[in-house]
Amino acid sequence: MNKLKVPTVAEMLANNERPDILFWVGCAGSFDDRAKKITKAIVKILNYCNIKFAVLGPEESCTGDPAKRAGNEFAFMMQAIQNIELLKGYNIQKIVTGCPHCFNTLKNEYPDLGADFEVVHHTQLINQLIREGRLLLKGGGSFEGKKITFHDPCYLGRANQVYEAPREVLKKLDSELSEMKRSKANGLCCGAGGAQMFKEAEKGNKEINIERTQDAIEVNPDYIATGCPFCNTMMTDGVKHFEKEEKIKVLDIAELIANAADL
Amino acid sequence: MLSRFIFSVVLLFGFGFFGFNISKIRKNILIGKPLNRSDQKAKRWKTTLLIALGQKKMFQRFLPAIFHLFIYVAFLFTSTELIEIIIDGLTGSHRFFWDKLGSVYILLINMIEILSVLAFVATLVFLARRNLLKVPKFQMSEMNGWPKLDGNIILYLEIVLLICVFTMNGADESLFLKGKSHVEGSGSFDFIISSFTAPYFFNQFEVSTLILLERVGWWGHILVVFAFLNYLPFSKHFHILMAFPNTYYSNLSEKGAFNNLNSVKEEVSKMLDPNFDPYASIDSNNNKLPDRFGAKDVEDLTWKNLMDAYTCTECGRCTSACPANITGKKLSPRKIIMDTRDRLEEIGRNRRKHGNDYTDNKSLLGDYISEEEIWACTSCNACVQECPVNIDPLSIIIDLRRYLVMEESKIPSELTGMLTNIENNGAPWQFSQVDRIKWAEE
Repeated sequence: MNKLKVPTVAEMLANNERPDILFWVGCAGSFDDRAKKITKAIVKILNYCNIKFAVLGPEESCTGDPAKRAGNEFAFMMQAIQNIELLKGYNIQKIVTGCPHCFNTLKNEYPDLGADFEVVHHTQLINQLIREGRLLLKGGGSFEGKKITFHDPCYLGRANQVYEAPREVLKKLDSELSEMKRSKANGLCCGAGGAQMFKEAEKGNKEINIERTQDAIEVNPDYIATGCPFCNTMMTDGVKHFEKEEKIKVLDIAELIANAADL
Repeated sequence: MLSRFIFSVVLLFGFGFFGFNISKIRKNILIGKPLNRSDQKAKRWKTTLLIALGQKKMFQRFLPAIFHLFIYVAFLFTSTELIEIIIDGLTGSHRFFWDKLGSVYILLINMIEILSVLAFVATLVFLARRNLLKVPKFQMSEMNGWPKLDGNIILYLEIVLLICVFTMNGADESLFLKGKSHVEGSGSFDFIISSFTAPYFFNQFEVSTLILLERVGWWGHILVVFAFLNYLPFSKHFHILMAFPNTYYSNLSEKGAFNNLNSVKEEVSKMLDPNFDPYASIDSNNNKLPDRFGAKDVEDLTWKNLMDAYTCTECGRCTSACPANITGKKLSPRKIIMDTRDRLEEIGRNRRKHGNDYTDNKSLLGDYISEEEIWACTSCNACVQECPVNIDPLSIIIDLRRYLVMEESKIPSELTGMLTNIENNGAPWQFSQVDRIKWAEE
């Protein structure tokens, strides 16, 4: 495997260069062992397509999404104002995120506070790269003929109405894309949003990720595709709950594509 | 003459009392905080046309949408007939438009008759859904008592109304056949349903009985209409009017965009500004108390949140799509909206009785909505997506959380840790910020 090229914005500037696009990795992508693999898959795709990108590295911080959704506007605002200062200082024009929560916050909640940059989710960028012919897939590799179902992350789907980009990408794998009974605008949450990821659920009769995993298992897929590291965790746990981890793999779209393109 | 006088009184009282109650509701809605929704007029009209008039989101669930459409379109058409009823009532004429509109009149009444039959069927289906099939979303705890009765009263009133319409037309048809209608001449009105029902149900009656039946139908119709109109402000059925303004003033931003609190932004900007002088004299023109962070009571919500509350018809689509509710948690978005209306009505009553400064030491949060409910929300927007009239329960939930967290420091303990981590090391977990790029070397 080629070593990943992951320049930081600061390093680029030291060489008198600027990134065309900033890759906003996010907390899960930086620290969570499972999500790090998604981060690397995204970087492999960016490297392969010769995208002039950079990360913030140690300068990256939380967007404030979980703080805002937990009701702490102060903590959110501290993060937002400082992040915007940093991004403006680096004159960042375009950002790709590896997480729908970062995507949503940067895209929808920062402009009001003075931010002015384009934000795309990694599934949108991958879709664009494929459309432009910069990312060539020779079939779906090991995914050909397999059954894949896509779980819509709430903050990508309902929150931002991005339903088609991930599906268009998945169709390139020459596999069978099978929809769950609740999908797109009617998709069911994995249970992690609204800061629930960081707390125990309230008392009920079931965990939300179990309910959602049942939706997925009903279509009898080989792969559950996601576009969110938190959905990934929740669905992976759900699959384990039903002891189906041998049969059903939970993968991010970036991983599916990087793998199919043999990167 | 007497009947014209009685009719005028009913008309005046019917509209007057309705107007009086509407002004009360308007006042209540204006208790809410300001929010600018006067932009993007073209897009707003389009939203109203599609969502309210066009019922677009109703059709996310096809069967109930079809039955609802029958009642809705029947309502729209029957409303036009009210014009004639009012003219007849005030002037003593009979079927004022009969000889003026000719075949258009027959077409119009035919439409009304056909739609009335469809509405009758739909009403029976809806009664069955609530009382026989016991559709789960109508059996939840927030529907106990008044909401359940309210739902049934409306449907019963509709049945009475439709029976009146058919009695009126059927008896009049029979009279016309006998040459005894108030309309000149004799023959058939050629109304599709009543020309069919008259021979079966009405022709055997004496003329005097038929005249009585026709009048009972006519008066019954208009009285139920006025009863209905004046019942609206007290009922979930108010949605038939509120759907239009409520969709017009919809949130047009992406659903994921939560509003930023300007008061917090100002405070934080000062904190982060090295040139800010904390000892500088406070602007004396600006010495009003700062707003509360988030919402504890309905006064802290925006007028749009309060309009939402009056628009809700308690259909429960939000709750049936809510992942928390589906998995047995206490949260029900419908209850959040119903509680908001109940509390707002209570505050409105208090203010009218005791003046605007009166407090009853109760609040929406605590007395109506519990902390357990609001912490169960995943902010997934399923409730917002589902609502056929663009009600937004999520923004109320988030504002209640904001109050709890920022004013009372009440927060689930795990979240305290998460927030501390964000403040200390820029991530919800306890990892050092300098290690953010370690993954690249692993």
